[in-house]
Amino acid sequence: MARIEAEVGTPKGGLLRWIDDRFPLSETMRYHITEYYASKNFNFWYVFGVLAMVVLVIQVVSGIFLTMNYKPSAAEAFASVEYIMRDVEMGWLIRYMHSTGASFFFIVVYLHMFRAMLYGSYKKPRELIWIIGMLIFFVLMAEGFAGYLLPWGQMSYWGAQVIISLFGAIPVIGDALVEYIRGDYSISDITLNRFFALHIIVLPLALIGLVFVHIVALHEVGSNNPDGVEIKEHKGPNGIPLDGVAFHPYHTSKDLVAIIIFLMFFSAVIFFAPEMGGYFLEHANFEPANMLATPEHIAPVWYFTPFYAVLRAVPDKLWGAILMGGAVLLPMFLPWLDRSRVNSIRYRGWLYKVALTLFTVSFVALGWLGMQPADRVFVLAARIFSVIYFAFFLLMPYYTSIDKTKPVPERVVYRA
Amino acid sequence: MLKLNTVARFIVVAACLVATQSVAIGASEIQLQEANIDPENIASLQRGARNFMNYCSGCHSAQYVRYKTIGKYLELSEDQLIDNLMFNAANTFETINVAMPADSAERWFGKTPPDLSLRARAKGADYIYSFLKGFYVDPNSPTGVDNIVLSGTSMPHILWELQGFQAAIYSENIVDSVTSLEFEGFEQVTAGSMNAEEYDDFVRDTVNFLAYITEPIRSERRRLGVWVLMFLLFFLIIATMLKKQIWKDVS
Amino acid sequence: MTENDVDHKRRHFLTVATVVTGVVGIGFASIPFLSSLKPSARAQALGAPVEVPIGSLQPGELIRVLWRGRLVFVLRRTEEMLASLSDNTGDLKDPNSEEKDQQPIYATNEYRSVKPEFLVVEGSCTHLGCAPLEDFEIRPAENWNGGFFCPCHGSKFDLAGRVYNGVPAPTNLRIPPHRFVRDDLILIGQDTGAA
Repeated sequence: MARIEAEVGTPKGGLLRWIDDRFPLSETMRYHITEYYASKNFNFWYVFGVLAMVVLVIQVVSGIFLTMNYKPSAAEAFASVEYIMRDVEMGWLIRYMHSTGASFFFIVVYLHMFRAMLYGSYKKPRELIWIIGMLIFFVLMAEGFAGYLLPWGQMSYWGAQVIISLFGAIPVIGDALVEYIRGDYSISDITLNRFFALHIIVLPLALIGLVFVHIVALHEVGSNNPDGVEIKEHKGPNGIPLDGVAFHPYHTSKDLVAIIIFLMFFSAVIFFAPEMGGYFLEHANFEPANMLATPEHIAPVWYFTPFYAVLRAVPDKLWGAILMGGAVLLPMFLPWLDRSRVNSIRYRGWLYKVALTLFTVSFVALGWLGMQPADRVFVLAARIFSVIYFAFFLLMPYYTSIDKTKPVPERVVYRA
Repeated sequence: MLKLNTVARFIVVAACLVATQSVAIGASEIQLQEANIDPENIASLQRGARNFMNYCSGCHSAQYVRYKTIGKYLELSEDQLIDNLMFNAANTFETINVAMPADSAERWFGKTPPDLSLRARAKGADYIYSFLKGFYVDPNSPTGVDNIVLSGTSMPHILWELQGFQAAIYSENIVDSVTSLEFEGFEQVTAGSMNAEEYDDFVRDTVNFLAYITEPIRSERRRLGVWVLMFLLFFLIIATMLKKQIWKDVS
Repeated sequence: MTENDVDHKRRHFLTVATVVTGVVGIGFASIPFLSSLKPSARAQALGAPVEVPIGSLQPGELIRVLWRGRLVFVLRRTEEMLASLSDNTGDLKDPNSEEKDQQPIYATNEYRSVKPEFLVVEGSCTHLGCAPLEDFEIRPAENWNGGFFCPCHGSKFDLAGRVYNGVPAPTNLRIPPHRFVRDDLILIGQDTGAA
């Protein structure tokens, strides 16, 4: 480490100095990269933040190039996607990157959020990071939804039809609001055109802005770790946390390995299973939108199905919509629902461990149920799992406060 | 049963309206036969292309598919394409279109025959395989036949000269005094120019071609994927070594 | 562990190897994006060679066709027009078509054409790409034997598309690749035989 510190101390060259006199370049690099200290005991769960950034970059770049050939009109959208898939040289690869990237974005973000629940990353002083993260998640859902309409296939059309109609559940203004969102009396060319604008400009801008703020907030308070202890409480004589290592080169070299492994999974899907059995690209979406015929089996794309299952579990339009919205919003309040004195699951009692397991099972089960037809058995199961889902959050203040915790070590646990 | 909101209700109504044309009703009950196609079999694809051009392309377009693309993968020269496949196209750059205008098609068949560029991707190869083998005599139908996979189809049995005609055999099941008909199988009524095995191969080749045109770059994609994964594996090895080396600092 | 355990040579080598592989990887990854910008199969289809029937083209008559979105003139020149070509040479910048890029080798001749009668020339002024107008009226007073006149900046070309002196256009009008499929059919955009 001595070597690296020596490099930082060397006098700056001409250009760098010229820039630094006008823009805090070196200072920013130091603050966020070479002298940002994060715990040395990060495990598997700590790679998904950087992977989410990688997917964001993939989506932005592939999206820009898709825009060069895509036509946002009801008459041409479907054909223009096939044009990209067939006539544009390597256009198929760009399109598969984008469609696979959408699903991987949610996989990575769900795992990233789960990490926070494992190690209490949302707890004080990181509440704001968590809230910004939730906002990112909401924008991401809107982005995924708007993007799914663009290919103008059967699933695009009917999926949008169902989801937009949800807003009709709002009393008094519902119907007017639905019309306002569509900009027409049904989903049409006009809707497609505005969703395109949202998908390629408004939401990505919001997403990038929020991601920026998310990282600034993180670097202000510092990263959590699998032990949930504060590494800043034990600093060496040089002011550096004893259990922290510099983001560069330590975490960068580690993250690079994670990124490559991620890219291998990503490429495996793109090149060998781009439809992923109909989960990433739904079969019915290879038929152009047809206003006269709903596909026989309509389900949202997989990353929305846990919430969709909650909606279907409720036998009332308004309450279905409210509970679905609740299911999406509730995690935002985790920092205040969780009364435990410890952060990490490593030192929590059995109550939280059971609760988190039940929650995870429910979330996955709801995801699966959301894809099934609305048969009686499936609806019943969805009700049971919905109850568990909500109970996890609503009973949390109780079971986390009575849960027996184990003693937390002073320093992080690490074996080289 | 859960109470349907207005949207869902609308969807159900819409679905019922088109039920006669819809797949769900018929397909969910009938076990589809496996097509067992081999996308790497160029000879099969060549035969399939010929079958498609001779029997399908009169009514069905494949509007996103260019002759030139087919020729390249199917190892056919420009001249072979022009002589054997291109009946209503002059230039190999062109896409596969039908001569029949859409409105007269609708008048003759009740609906425009669907474009086949992506049909096998939307429905699956097994579905089309079973469909092409699933025509049976039905005197009540305007075309004289119905289809076991897609009940009430407006498509006539254009392959009757090859397959001949078959009848559907049903068995009667009485459960709780409700009689239901269960499909048992087909029985050949009149012979065609092909025997059953030859006809299966004919349909399999055709379906193979239909599956191929849904994604002509499929084999290129898989070939490229191997290289990409090999590169990433190499990168992974180096990056892991570097990570281990750098983390030697940390104790 | 101490500082001595760190093998600086090995670390340096691995750092360089990782950075180089990463840069190569980014290079590979950029290939699909850059190649997607090339003319697509549809653009190539629209840019395919164009057949021009010339059976009914009368001497002195000119038709306009589009090839790759570019204007091409097909002019059947009369005997007088052909005869006038040799009179112009004094006023031309490049009377012998020495600029190689401006015409295929089989059109590098006195008439700038495969068959003297038929001139196939791109209607795109070599100055800034405007479409020249035909002006076949012979006006000896102006020393004009007929030819093409560009309305944008006044460039003038003779009946073989050769540029006059003293006008902004630097070179003769371009002759596109073409060949005679039959006596009455020209294919623009494709050369004879192998080429």
